[in-house]
Amino acid sequence: MRIRAQIGMVLNLDKCIGCHTCSVTCKNVWTSRDGVEYAWFNNVETKPGIGYPKNWEDQNKWNGGWERTKRGKLQPKQGSKWRILANIFANPDLPEIDDYYEPFDFDYDHLKSAPEMTAFPTARPRSKITGERMEKIEWGPNWEEILGGEFSKRSADTNFEGIQKEIYGEYENTFMMYLPRLCEHCINPACAASCPSGAIYKREEDGIVLIDQEKCRGWRMCVSGCPYKKIYYNWDTGKSEKCTFCYPRIESGNPTVCSETCVGRIRYLGVLLYDADKIEEAANTPNDKDLYQAQLDMFLDPHDPEVQRMALEQGIPGDWIESAKVSPVYKMAMDWKIAFPLHPEYRTLPMVWYIPPLSPIQNAAEAGQIGHDGDMPDVRSLRIPVRYLANMLTAGDEEPVVHALERMLAMRAYMRAKTVDGVIDEGVAARVGMSGRVIEDMYKIMAIANYEDRFVIPTTHRETVEEAYDIRGGCGFTDGNGCSPGISQGSLFGGKKKKKTLTLPSEAF
Amino acid sequence: MHEFLFGIYPYIALTVLILGSIARYERDPFTWKTSSSQLLRRKQLVIGSTLFHVGVLIIFFGHLVGLLTPIQVFDALGIGHGFKQVLAVVAGGIAGIMALVGGLMLFHRRWTDPRIRKTSSFADIAILALLLIQLVLGLGTIFISLQHLDGHEMTTFMAWALGIFTFDGQAASYISEAALIFKIHLFLGLTIFLLFPFTRLVHMLSVPLRYITRPGYQIVRSRRKEGSK
Repeated sequence: MRIRAQIGMVLNLDKCIGCHTCSVTCKNVWTSRDGVEYAWFNNVETKPGIGYPKNWEDQNKWNGGWERTKRGKLQPKQGSKWRILANIFANPDLPEIDDYYEPFDFDYDHLKSAPEMTAFPTARPRSKITGERMEKIEWGPNWEEILGGEFSKRSADTNFEGIQKEIYGEYENTFMMYLPRLCEHCINPACAASCPSGAIYKREEDGIVLIDQEKCRGWRMCVSGCPYKKIYYNWDTGKSEKCTFCYPRIESGNPTVCSETCVGRIRYLGVLLYDADKIEEAANTPNDKDLYQAQLDMFLDPHDPEVQRMALEQGIPGDWIESAKVSPVYKMAMDWKIAFPLHPEYRTLPMVWYIPPLSPIQNAAEAGQIGHDGDMPDVRSLRIPVRYLANMLTAGDEEPVVHALERMLAMRAYMRAKTVDGVIDEGVAARVGMSGRVIEDMYKIMAIANYEDRFVIPTTHRETVEEAYDIRGGCGFTDGNGCSPGISQGSLFGGKKKKKTLTLPSEAF
Repeated sequence: MHEFLFGIYPYIALTVLILGSIARYERDPFTWKTSSSQLLRRKQLVIGSTLFHVGVLIIFFGHLVGLLTPIQVFDALGIGHGFKQVLAVVAGGIAGIMALVGGLMLFHRRWTDPRIRKTSSFADIAILALLLIQLVLGLGTIFISLQHLDGHEMTTFMAWALGIFTFDGQAASYISEAALIFKIHLFLGLTIFLLFPFTRLVHMLSVPLRYITRPGYQIVRSRRKEGSK
């Protein structure tokens, strides 16, 4: 047993209000640069919809993720290593920028510089690539906001598989939910597997998947390899970029920017311990529907003294094990079984998990029945079809999703009885296989969601690998080229002159 | 002048090629890349890039083997000079046309597509233009070669190339009688070597063949000294 620790994330979709604060703060921090204007390390999509880039979930089209071959071998869906190298001159599975959207800005200056006119001046869009006028903006990171666009187009969403989707196009049966998406920091990342240069790696100490910008050669196989389409090719630098899980913040025990700024408090960060020896077996589980369970089976119980002993022996710091014991992510995924991986059928073993959303009762007659002696409505009468959620979170297996939704409804019923009627209804809890005490813990973490309960992040122990004395006076985070201040005067080798973004201390006075 | 261009210039070009590449790799690894523009425009790239690269690779290895293998090896194998020349003309001709067609498609795309044009550097356009001129010159030499099929002129180039790599001071004199188009072709080739480290051509040195032999698929980096690997 090889124990590894990873900081995982859970997003409670039941509480996401689609405000895009996560996307905007992430953008401001990480992708407000040339070449990645079109890239959103975090974006929030309205579901049902085809998303960004268009139809990213349709792996028959994009060939992302892994596949189990007929001979039972696990290989990237875009092909074996030979196949990937054979496509190196032109990658047949690479999206074009129009599948995301052509980045643009508006002619804001025109608003104040326009001469006196009969019509009010407007700010029209201009391409950030060519600088030319764009007449029409065609797509964006959440183009289907609140079900924008025709149902016939939105319903190309692959999560409708196995569902008579036509009725959901009718006004009375419409449903929607938000899906915030970021890099999944997979245990079995298809991007890293597809990278011919070996520039993409997973960090052993916290599981964050990063791209070494100096080793990346721009072969762009990771972009097509990632089934979530969360690797972005920077067309300016010619290197691929991705969500960094805000590793400088995580290392110091702070939540990622998207989590920190989430106004709905839907995001949770915590340690998960898993057995690295089980990775291949889990990812190569024959039946798609068993992948969710296979991933659960990889996770180790931090309360188990044997696991603790071995983890310490294998060099996992003690405070990481302590954090794992109170990890909200472990509780949601393992104890309560209410969080699920996004598209486990891609076989990447993703580590950003989702709690499915509850939704209103489909028809009014049934709605009248709730409240009767704490009776809970059937989760299959909820507006969002269970099958739709299951296609997204459990490769189509409805049972675990039903189970999770029932537990969430039970939590509501139990707390309503307690706070409104003043009754402790252990029966409701028992019906979903829980106790009142567990439900109250669930309530505290999911509904109250205090900062300390949401984010349990141990700091990185650099002191064990670095001699702090040696790095005194060294440079902090730089913009490539070793210890340069991020200000390069251009070079013979085609490196661009960078805009001066830092004020050197000597110039500040 | 002839002595300088074909006796000394090769050493300048090769030195810049080697030292320049090392310096760039060491000093500015962030700029070492293919500069793919497929994301911005797929049109014309899939066919153009494939034709161009496959053609250029065949030509490159053809030149490498054809010029740097000592003539005695061919003699020992019983491969006649005339036959070798015909082989070079046919294989080189086909690959050259592939590369030229692909290259012209890429140049057309780079020059006329506003997205690609705006994001191209001077070096991107210039090196592609030089490679196209070089391809035309190379194909042009076929017409000269077809006028004498004995393979003698070819052997002089082999002697010259080998002479350069064996520090033979007489190397330049071996090709003093060569037709002008050959000389221009050689000079431009050396110039491309000279410019190599300053252009996107460096991605050639990063052909990711190690990917095939990389054990497994995943890469994990550890900062921990002991414990699990």
